[in-house]
Amino acid sequence: MMAADVHTIAVKVNGTRHTRQVESRLLLSDFIRHELQLAGTHVGCEHGVCGACTVLFDGLAVRSCLMFAAQCDGHDIETVEGLAPDGERLHPLQQAFHEAHGLQCGYCTPGILMTAKAFLEATPAPSEAEIREVLSGHLCRCTGYQHIVDAVALAAQRLRSLPQEPTENGA
Amino acid sequence: MKPAPFKYVAARSATEALGLKAMHGDEAAFLAGGQSLIPAMNFRLARPAVLIDINPLIALDSIRAQGGGAVRIGALTRHRTVERDPIIARHQPLLHEVLPHVAHLQIRNRGTLGGNLAHADPASELPAVMLVLDARLRAQSINGERWIEASAFFKAALTTALRADEMLVEVEIPELPPRCGTCFVEVARRRGDFALMGVAAVIGVSEAGICTQARLAYCGAGDTPVRVEAERSLVGGTLSTAAIRNAAASAACELDPPGNVHAGKDYQRHLAAVLTRRALLTAFERCRERTIEEEHDGG
Repeated sequence: MMAADVHTIAVKVNGTRHTRQVESRLLLSDFIRHELQLAGTHVGCEHGVCGACTVLFDGLAVRSCLMFAAQCDGHDIETVEGLAPDGERLHPLQQAFHEAHGLQCGYCTPGILMTAKAFLEATPAPSEAEIREVLSGHLCRCTGYQHIVDAVALAAQRLRSLPQEPTENGA
Repeated sequence: MKPAPFKYVAARSATEALGLKAMHGDEAAFLAGGQSLIPAMNFRLARPAVLIDINPLIALDSIRAQGGGAVRIGALTRHRTVERDPIIARHQPLLHEVLPHVAHLQIRNRGTLGGNLAHADPASELPAVMLVLDARLRAQSINGERWIEASAFFKAALTTALRADEMLVEVEIPELPPRCGTCFVEVARRRGDFALMGVAAVIGVSEAGICTQARLAYCGAGDTPVRVEAERSLVGGTLSTAAIRNAAASAACELDPPGNVHAGKDYQRHLAAVLTRRALLTAFERCRERTIEEEHDGG
C-alpha cells in the first residue's frame, strides 16, 4: 500500500486565499465541493463531457473534473458562489436566467453561468450563433436550450448597459 | 470515477521532467492539458504511477513564425491560443480552420497541441492535419533530441514513435506551397464530438491551372490518421469536376474504416467520398483566392 502523496497548495477561490493539504489524486471539482464546502459547482459526468463542473481558472472556463487540485497552487479560481458574494443580490446573469426561465432542475446551471461570465466579458455583444457555439460545451437535459440562449442574450444586453465597475485590483 | 493513487511532481525545468521520465519510463506520464489523460485516469483506463506536470514549463507555450509561412508551435500551446493566433490564421489556414472542430471551448482553453498529438487518438482531427501538412515533431530526452516526421509518428491507436524516455516538445509545420488552398471538413454527431469521418485537403495549382500538389488525410478512418494513394491521381491534370469526383471515389475505396456503433464501415466510406469531394472543391476554390492575395502582396 502506497502512502498518500500529499501536497500543500495556496489557491485563491472567489477572492479568498485558502491553504490546504491535498492528495495528488484529488480532482479540482472534489476539492471545491468537499474541502472548501462550495457545493454550487456540480459534478455530472467526471470525464469532461457535460460541463456541469465548469469553473474559471485564471479567468478561463475549464472543466474542474479534468484538473487536479495539486495543479492549482498559486492560481485563481472562480466558482458560481463568486457571482453573488453577499448571497442576496443576484448577478445580472443569474437574474437573467431567473427571468428568461433559463433553468429547470438547475443541475447544469452553475457551469453554464461560469462559461457565460467569461464569454460575455470577452464578447459583450455576441450573436445568437456565438452564444450557441459557446453553450455547445454544456449539456442540459431539461430546458431544451432555447431559454438558456435567451437568458445569455438578456444578460449580455443588461451587462452592456451597466456602468463599468472598477476591477478588484484597480487595473 | 476517481483516479488511482499516483505521485505528482510539478516539473520545475525540462531537465527535471526528462530526468523523471528517464527514471520511471512507461510508469510515468506527462500531464499537459490533461483533457484526454485525466478522463482516462478517472475511468482508471490509465493508471500512471508518476504524473509529471509540465504546465510550469511555459517556454513550451509558444508560437514562432519561421521563414516564409513555416511555424513552430511549442507542445504546451493551448488549442485556444493556436485558434486565435494571427500568425497561424495567416500562414496556416488549415490549422486555423480545424481548431473550432476540436472539442469545446472549455476543453480548448486547457488542452494542448502537444498533448493531443502525443495522445494519438485516431479519431482526433489534429493528427490528420499534421500528417497532411507534412509537419515534423521534435522529441527530447536526457540523451538529446530528434525530429520525427508526422508520417512516422503515429504508429497505432494511442501509440506514437515516442520512446519511454522522450517528451514531445515542439511541432514544426512547413510553409504551404505557393498557389495553394486547404480545407478541413468532417461529420460528427454533435458539435465538438469526435468525427465519424473527417478529411483534410491541400491542393496546389500552377499558373496554367495544372494540379501540382494534392494531399488528403483522414481522421476516424483507421488506427492512425491516414493519407491515400488517390491523392496522386490528381497531380499533373486539371482539377475538373470529374477528376475530383474520381479521386474522391478512389480515396473512399482505399480506406478501411473500422466502423462503430454510430457509423458502419459502409456509411463511413460514403462519408469519405462525399467529404473528399467537398474538401477538394473548397481547397481548389481557396487556391484561386489565395493566389489573388499572393499577387496583391507581391505587387
